[in-house]
Amino acid sequence: MLLLSLLLLPLAGAVLTAVWPGAHHRPAGRIATAWSVAPLVLLGAMEFLRPTASNGVIAEWSLPWIPDANIHLAFSVDGTSFLFLLLTCLVTWFALMVSSRMNLGDRAYCALILVMESMLFGVFTARHFIPWFLCWEMTLIPAYLLIRLWGGKGAPRAALRFFIVTLGGGVAMLLGFLAMQLAVGTMDFAVLSELAANHQLAGRLAQVFAGTGLDGHALLTIVAVAVFLGLAVKIPVVPFHAWLPDAYAEAPTPVTILLTGLLSKMGVYGLLRVFLPIFPEVLPGLAPWLTALAVSTVLLGALAALAQKDLKRIIAYSSVNHLGYCVLAVAAVAALHSDRDAVASAVSGVVLQAFNHGIIAAALFFSIGILEMRGGGARGLNDFGGLRARMPVLSGLMALAVFASLGLPGLSGFVGEFLIFNGGFGLVPWSAAISVIGLLLTAVFLLRMIRKVFHGLLPPAMAQWSDLSAGERWLFVPMIAMIVIPGLWPQVLLQFTNGDTLRLLELLRPIP
Amino acid sequence: MNPAWTILSAFAGALLVLLLPARVAGASRFIALAASLVGAVAAAAACLARLNHPAGPAWSYKRPWIASLGIDFHLAANGLSLTLLLLTGLVAVAGVLFSWNVERRPRAFFAFFLTIIGGVYGVFLSRDAFLLFVCYEIVILPKYMLIAIWGSTNKEYGAMKLTMYSIGSSALILIGLVVAYAAAGATSFDLAHLAGAHYPLALQMWAFPILFLGFAVLAGMWPFHTWAPTGHVAAPTAASMLLAGVVMKLGAYGALCVALPLFPQGFVAWQPVIAGLAVIGVVYGALTALQQKDLKFVIGYSSVSHMGFVLLGIAAATHWGLRGAVLQMISHGIIAGLLFGIAGRVVYERAHTRDLTALQGFDLWRTLPGSAVAFTLATAASMGLPGFSGFVAEISVAIGLWQKFPWLVPAIAAGIIITGAFSLRALHKAFFPVRQPSAAAPPALPPLTWPEISAISLLLAVSLAIGIYPRPWVVLIDDGLRSPLFHTILSLK
Repeated sequence: MLLLSLLLLPLAGAVLTAVWPGAHHRPAGRIATAWSVAPLVLLGAMEFLRPTASNGVIAEWSLPWIPDANIHLAFSVDGTSFLFLLLTCLVTWFALMVSSRMNLGDRAYCALILVMESMLFGVFTARHFIPWFLCWEMTLIPAYLLIRLWGGKGAPRAALRFFIVTLGGGVAMLLGFLAMQLAVGTMDFAVLSELAANHQLAGRLAQVFAGTGLDGHALLTIVAVAVFLGLAVKIPVVPFHAWLPDAYAEAPTPVTILLTGLLSKMGVYGLLRVFLPIFPEVLPGLAPWLTALAVSTVLLGALAALAQKDLKRIIAYSSVNHLGYCVLAVAAVAALHSDRDAVASAVSGVVLQAFNHGIIAAALFFSIGILEMRGGGARGLNDFGGLRARMPVLSGLMALAVFASLGLPGLSGFVGEFLIFNGGFGLVPWSAAISVIGLLLTAVFLLRMIRKVFHGLLPPAMAQWSDLSAGERWLFVPMIAMIVIPGLWPQVLLQFTNGDTLRLLELLRPIP
Repeated sequence: MNPAWTILSAFAGALLVLLLPARVAGASRFIALAASLVGAVAAAAACLARLNHPAGPAWSYKRPWIASLGIDFHLAANGLSLTLLLLTGLVAVAGVLFSWNVERRPRAFFAFFLTIIGGVYGVFLSRDAFLLFVCYEIVILPKYMLIAIWGSTNKEYGAMKLTMYSIGSSALILIGLVVAYAAAGATSFDLAHLAGAHYPLALQMWAFPILFLGFAVLAGMWPFHTWAPTGHVAAPTAASMLLAGVVMKLGAYGALCVALPLFPQGFVAWQPVIAGLAVIGVVYGALTALQQKDLKFVIGYSSVSHMGFVLLGIAAATHWGLRGAVLQMISHGIIAGLLFGIAGRVVYERAHTRDLTALQGFDLWRTLPGSAVAFTLATAASMGLPGFSGFVAEISVAIGLWQKFPWLVPAIAAGIIITGAFSLRALHKAFFPVRQPSAAAPPALPPLTWPEISAISLLLAVSLAIGIYPRPWVVLIDDGLRSPLFHTILSLK
């Protein structure tokens, strides 16, 4: 029941914000922000009350939906889910705080953000395809409206493209899973991965779809590719990223924080919790392709960021690059190598990288949002200069986020990338080596950004700009804490995922 | 409550409205509301009763009617008919609420409205082919009148086209039924009797397409769909809701519960053709909707696309496919009613235009935010997003299709994506226009009225209820699919 209340809590907040009498601009923002702290409390309670000896499950809830087809609305929280839930709570709260700082949004805006939070909770806890997909698709409408109604000039086109491309990916994934329903009689993740671990899925598909004349392996590959499409569009993996730069740049900054901090994580989470456990039979065949896509995501993301002149687009492409490392790790694991330590390292790296990227990107986009506010919307790379003298605190904090982003040891970004490359060099040495170029390029474009914005000549128009206000400084505190603490002491996050990593490894036995 | 109350309340209501003195003509809407509420409640009560006693015998009522021809007055209800009955009741209540302000000849309007409802209830409950046909015919005349008198935009043309199509398709149905009657020994029109008879394959080969086509025209099967968009657009709001919401379902219901059980071997021979036409309908309807300039035409063509899913489910003819077809009938009935209600009543009656470009000037998101919120949710439901009824229906049809025609599955994907595109396009243009700074301030519009809000909430709540917890509906539909009528079809390999 704790889990059910967690899932419904933000929805209730959305209703409250929407109907609260006279809740216009500021009050609506305050109600929503205050409300968004509640799930964090609930999450803490859940962890505190976790049953001992429960095979990693912290809380669960389920309801039969179409029982004779084994469709259940089944949700449960384990350590990995817990981290993603924590990220969702933090980033949503942060985005709402940033919104009220930027004097943005009315009650509809706040309500949509809370609706999205509920759906994200669902995505990160669902244990059956139907509830997972339900929440997955339901994030689309709020995201679409948030970009469309509160975004910049190009927002209508960007929002439409975002919606159609992700809807297309979703439909591919849905049809793939419906084939599974037919073959196996359920879409329960645990059942499917159990069958897959025993190498029975391909056989089942071949039986049911004998009429198509394809063998089980080919059929399962088709399904796997369809599911991968749906996930890849969301992350996004090159070449399915065309919607991203416009959507990220046109959305209002707090919404960009949500898009990159949380929505892209849905894809990573799906790769880790759905794609890897269910398709081990065909993964070795797909692994080279996945690796190629991952390497091109890493490199093209970095190169594109290098070519951008708009701060938001730079960070948008840098997100593509950073999540590319997650895909690289998944691709490395997909080869089903027998080096278990390397696989475990890569898997842990995916979770940490996803979590840390969400926090770091939020801090970076907020920094850009502050520059935007001060400059009345300007965010070109060449619009700024010499701001270190005027805004020492912002320059220090943004530099910290940048260093975390490019993976300086001691900050959180390093841990995830280290684990990924530690595993990657053992599993796919050449691709990992090429991807290192991505790390170097990241350093180049991020440091160039710092140099252009904070060093050099101060344009006269910026001579009167004020540094961070007290409220803005306080807003940075939790984010910086979440960057520094896991960087120095990664165990604080890893303790949640270790058990899940071992369980995943059990499912990914190499094919004899 | 006895399911027959649905038919009785509708016809009694119609009669009562007609007898109303002219000076209290305004009271007709209350009578209409009461009559449709009684119908909806009776249907809901019957559904609940069936859910609580799934194993018990279904309700039925049988009296000899024209004994010399073997025609009985035979009504019966299984779970499948009951869900459609409930759909009709809900759409009827919403239709009356959306017509609350009809000023012109309200008595005649509501009398025709209730007559259609009564006829529809009759079709869903009839277990005698002749009685079913009579109820089917009852619907045609009031349909014509509603459009020709209270309609808009090219109403004479729309009304005439729709009626010609209806009469033509009825002729085909009559031929099909009489052929079956004669070939089965000319002793009874009872549906179970006709379905139990064995017809030679040669007869089934030509009789099936005649009977099926007769019903499928009314279900909006491509390329016989053209009556639907023009008719829906010309009709007054309540009639569009009824036409798209329940009258199109009559065709699908007939195809499913009459044509298939009577001539199963004929169906098997024509199965790929039906699937092909249905897929074309799904994609063609969506593509055409993408081109429309009139908000109601967008919805009209989206109906063609959505009904294509119903026909696809029927064409697949597996358990999942048929279940999906019925779910899609219910889902589309609710969503089409909702979309037509918002576009026709809420928007058109205030803005006096449905042109997507002209509507941009009204900036409805700011001047009438309630309508924008409602239409956004209705659009989400219409796209088949999870959480709404359309999703449950579409996945069931898709599973059915995987079983029977896996190669058509990509076409479904295309249909769903294009549906997303045209729905968003219409939503954009009509409700969330890009404001030009130079544009004149939009005119102020009166806010939503209580009947409108109640109707919108009712339909949305049902669509969400099905989407979030479809179990009771699935149980009822499965109850209907266990009927002997479907034994042959479902045992096909």
